[in-house]
Amino acid sequence: MADEDTPVRWRIRVEGIVQGVGFRPFVYALAIRHGLAGLVGNDAQGVFLEVEGPPSGVAEFHRDLTREPPPLAVIERVTAEPMPATGLPGFVVAASEPGGERQTLISPDTATCADCLRELFDPVDRRYRYPFVNCTNCGPRFTIVRDVPYDRPFTTMAGFPLCAECAREYADPADRRFHAQPVCCPACGPRLRLITSPGEDITGAPPGEDVPGDPIAATVALLRAGKVVAVKGLGGYHLAADAASPEGVAALRSRKHREEKAFAVMVADVAAARKLCAVDDAEERVLTSPRRPIVLLRRHRDSALAEQVAPGNRFLGLMLPYTPLHHLLTRELDRPFVLTSGNVSDEPIAYEDADALARLSPITDAFLLHDRPIHIRTDDSVTRAVAGREMPIRRSRGYAPAPLRLGRAVPRPVLGCGAELKNTFCLAKGEYAFVSHHIGDLENYATLRSFTDGVAHFRRLFDIDPQVIAHDLHPEYLSTKYALDQTAIGHRVPVQHHWAHIASCLVDNGEVEPVIGVAFDGLGYGEDATIWGGEFLAADLTSFERVGLLEPVRMPGGVAAIRQPWRMAAAYLDAAFAGDPPRDLAVAERNASTWDAVLAVGRSGLNSPLTSSAGRLFDAVGALLGVRDVISYEGQAAVELEQRVDPHADGAYEVGFAEGRPFRVRGADLVRAVVADLHRHVPVETIAMRFHRGMATAIVAGAERARAATGLSAVALSGGVFQNMVLLSGAVEGLSRRGFRVLTHHRVPPNDGGISLGQVAVAAARDRAGLV
Amino acid sequence: LAHGAGGKATHTLIEAVFLEAFRNPLLEPLEDQAVLSLGGPRLAFTTDSFVVHPLFFPGGDIGELAVNGTVNDLAMSGARPRYLSSGFIVEEGLPTEDLVRIAESMARAAEAAGVQIVTGDTKVVERGKADGCYINTAGVGVISHDLTLGASRARPGDVVLVSGPIGDHGITIMLARGELDIEADLTSDTAPLADLVDRLLAAAPGVRCLRDATRGGVATVLNEVARASDVAVVLDERAVPVRTEVRGASEILGIDPLYVACEGRFIAVVAPEDADAALDALRTHPQGTEAAVIGQVKADPPSLVLLKTEFGGTRIVDVLVGDPLPRIC
Ligand SMILES: [Fe+3]
Ligand SMILES: [Mg+2]
Ligand SMILES: [Zn+2]
Ligand SMILES: [Zn+2]
Repeated sequence: MADEDTPVRWRIRVEGIVQGVGFRPFVYALAIRHGLAGLVGNDAQGVFLEVEGPPSGVAEFHRDLTREPPPLAVIERVTAEPMPATGLPGFVVAASEPGGERQTLISPDTATCADCLRELFDPVDRRYRYPFVNCTNCGPRFTIVRDVPYDRPFTTMAGFPLCAECAREYADPADRRFHAQPVCCPACGPRLRLITSPGEDITGAPPGEDVPGDPIAATVALLRAGKVVAVKGLGGYHLAADAASPEGVAALRSRKHREEKAFAVMVADVAAARKLCAVDDAEERVLTSPRRPIVLLRRHRDSALAEQVAPGNRFLGLMLPYTPLHHLLTRELDRPFVLTSGNVSDEPIAYEDADALARLSPITDAFLLHDRPIHIRTDDSVTRAVAGREMPIRRSRGYAPAPLRLGRAVPRPVLGCGAELKNTFCLAKGEYAFVSHHIGDLENYATLRSFTDGVAHFRRLFDIDPQVIAHDLHPEYLSTKYALDQTAIGHRVPVQHHWAHIASCLVDNGEVEPVIGVAFDGLGYGEDATIWGGEFLAADLTSFERVGLLEPVRMPGGVAAIRQPWRMAAAYLDAAFAGDPPRDLAVAERNASTWDAVLAVGRSGLNSPLTSSAGRLFDAVGALLGVRDVISYEGQAAVELEQRVDPHADGAYEVGFAEGRPFRVRGADLVRAVVADLHRHVPVETIAMRFHRGMATAIVAGAERARAATGLSAVALSGGVFQNMVLLSGAVEGLSRRGFRVLTHHRVPPNDGGISLGQVAVAAARDRAGLV
Repeated sequence: LAHGAGGKATHTLIEAVFLEAFRNPLLEPLEDQAVLSLGGPRLAFTTDSFVVHPLFFPGGDIGELAVNGTVNDLAMSGARPRYLSSGFIVEEGLPTEDLVRIAESMARAAEAAGVQIVTGDTKVVERGKADGCYINTAGVGVISHDLTLGASRARPGDVVLVSGPIGDHGITIMLARGELDIEADLTSDTAPLADLVDRLLAAAPGVRCLRDATRGGVATVLNEVARASDVAVVLDERAVPVRTEVRGASEILGIDPLYVACEGRFIAVVAPEDADAALDALRTHPQGTEAAVIGQVKADPPSLVLLKTEFGGTRIVDVLVGDPLPRIC
């Protein structure tokens, strides 16, 4: 029988995101509060601690440990076991213990906290206007981590020895900066510089005067003058320009070779965001979250921005400042500014200083940079709020590398290599799936390097040695080729692209039962070596059946048919009118010089694969309606077609089915209906609405057939086409009305950024079922 | 099915089946020809089969191709082609006048290339097989220089040249099938290259490697060099010569000219100090007036071919596993 006064000692282990988030000072303060002795430290598995004192005190401590953790901590597991009391007095913070099997989680980069912000703008604080202020509750993490355990020598802050003042804060368990690895101040930390080229500092010292200049003020002056400034951020360089300056934004566009794709804009706060866009509660929550993604918001008709920021777009990507540097800029500039990735179109964002100086010099008028290295290139995340919940478009800075929980532990560690465009990879061990930051388009060599380097980095950081490798079926994907080259990994699991999409949606929703998967997408390699992308699958994580598809058409000229949506219009017209398409259509007239040649290419089959892609049908209709014949970024025709929709227009096109297993959706019916309305001079906006409704109806009707055939009644919607809000809401509404349970994306994107997670989920499930 | 495109699938097939069965030191490098020593001068020996469709096309026919193809494989070792064999597999019902036309064309091509057709064989197969006619030729040539050329000899710093505009032959063939509604003033580039090679080797002894850019085009050939030499080949998109007609037709077809076959063009990898001399030698020969420096050999990244694009990007030019299929979403 335990004596109420006999001290007990417990060894406790805490796992999760518990390093670099102020967990040890929290434990320290808690122990002091309960009058306990003991120790706390970091090791490769997380935080270990021992507490000793009266049984009631230890019990209360144990309870409070999970009840009020620091804001950035994510506790995944707490284990405790008794040990002999030592009688040693005092509570100490033990040194980190390297080595051992790593299970530490690394915090994503986090927006400046309220305490740090107060210091930033407090004229008597020693960090007043210091652009690198941070603490255990905020600041850079993933982007500066070179290795674990998360300690300063293993970060890019290693080169900044602490000054006496900072060292004191760092060592004081009662301080907000206790063991904040990136802690620094103007005396010892990174410095800002504004330069035009390597030797030329234009920080803004008044000529002839010997006072240090103010790079922020000088940058603000340049932006006000309509100049472009490259700004070194958390995960890479941005390019900034005054969003109200038509010249500035136009200069940025032409120098970046980014003709039309919308730019993101940074605004000071939610009030400033509301001046440009409508912001509902859910959107405000996402916008102000410590992750600070770019949020796609419906813009006001009269927002005072240069037209060039987001030409012809009803939405605008806004973000709030997430580093002290951004806060200083937004406050002093006092107007919205474009903050877009620091690259030439299609290249990965620059993040190393020498490379940035070389690549961005032709684009920018000046560089606002600093001497804290970025270890991992990490793009801004992009997201939107749909029906009150977040739907990621690009999951990267602020999100990665936080793990997603799989419902069950993977039997053996898995690597999923992802797709070709918008690539992410995913490593899984135990119950955790670590989906990487956004990697990008692998055909670009620098991007392929970040893929291979990134995989190696994640393997080291999370100590995952994959024994199973999952990859796409497409033989030409560089991620597939990479997977096939990894002969050191024993087991390969090819996963069909659209099955991976649906699997990612299942994991996203914690669903384990089979579903009807509707994968409406750009393109993915099918099991029959044609190109899929308008699929109805009966799927779970171990197998799938293609129960329906969009009737395939030719893509005349392969890749050319993606870059030139008018070719899909030609192919669909050829199919819809049995080889005798009407010649009086504007799309044929606009492309008269090669129209017949392209029709012939399609009919010959030469470099014209068959595709069931829904994205290509959107392309065809986009071109038919004169929205877009040739695109300059992925999915542009479909994106712009959605923008043209008049939600108040009536009517919906009907689509027929060829019954069977698989059944086929006659997409050409929609094209014939579009042509009929064009001939009747129905406004484009009305046709766009009717077409979207037609597609949504086809989804519902397809799901009904799939339900009849399989008895399944849950539907998972995935694939890049479901970034289309008009289609998504139409499909969700129609399906719900017919009694389907509908799953959509909330944690990973419906586009190819989610493929790696789906691959991992399938590989793990098949492994568990003994199928690997 | 995808094994004929000259890409990785073909390569895998060759390695898995034939290299495995026939393995010997002369075959091992998998060059386009074997270099033999029988006591006298070194000999080059090669064979190739021709299955082109249609049999007759602007600028040539299967007969001319069968001579030039084998002659050029010999020439790529720096050999003077001397003797050919020719084996015919003829589909029953092929008009005699077509066969005569092909034979005459072969005779003319042999004369132009300075070779004699000294032995042969003919088989007739039933209708529906052999697409009219297939031809196999084998050839022997004499090597009189003492250079060693090979795909594994490229070194960082070397310069990559192409002997003329690329893609004429492949595009001509696609258009000649008559299914496409594309008008283009194009003829096949089929030609014997031994003369041009002689001139090049005499002027630039620093030549490391010669490859005719046949199946799979310049992209595939350079990937072979990059892999065999464990180097990077970095191409400059703007420097690659492509005729306007080829560019136009390629655009309509959605095909990258870098992957289109040539039958009278080769790439040369040349030591930097000899690059100017090499370009000069090519350009002053009537067959090489449009020769160009198209890229450079670098140490890193090994085994890859990269293309510097117009906007300064760097795209990977990989070997195709099979037929080109879109990868973008
Ligand atoms: Fe996809
Ligand atoms: Mg050959
Ligand atoms: Zn803070
Ligand atoms: Zn300091």
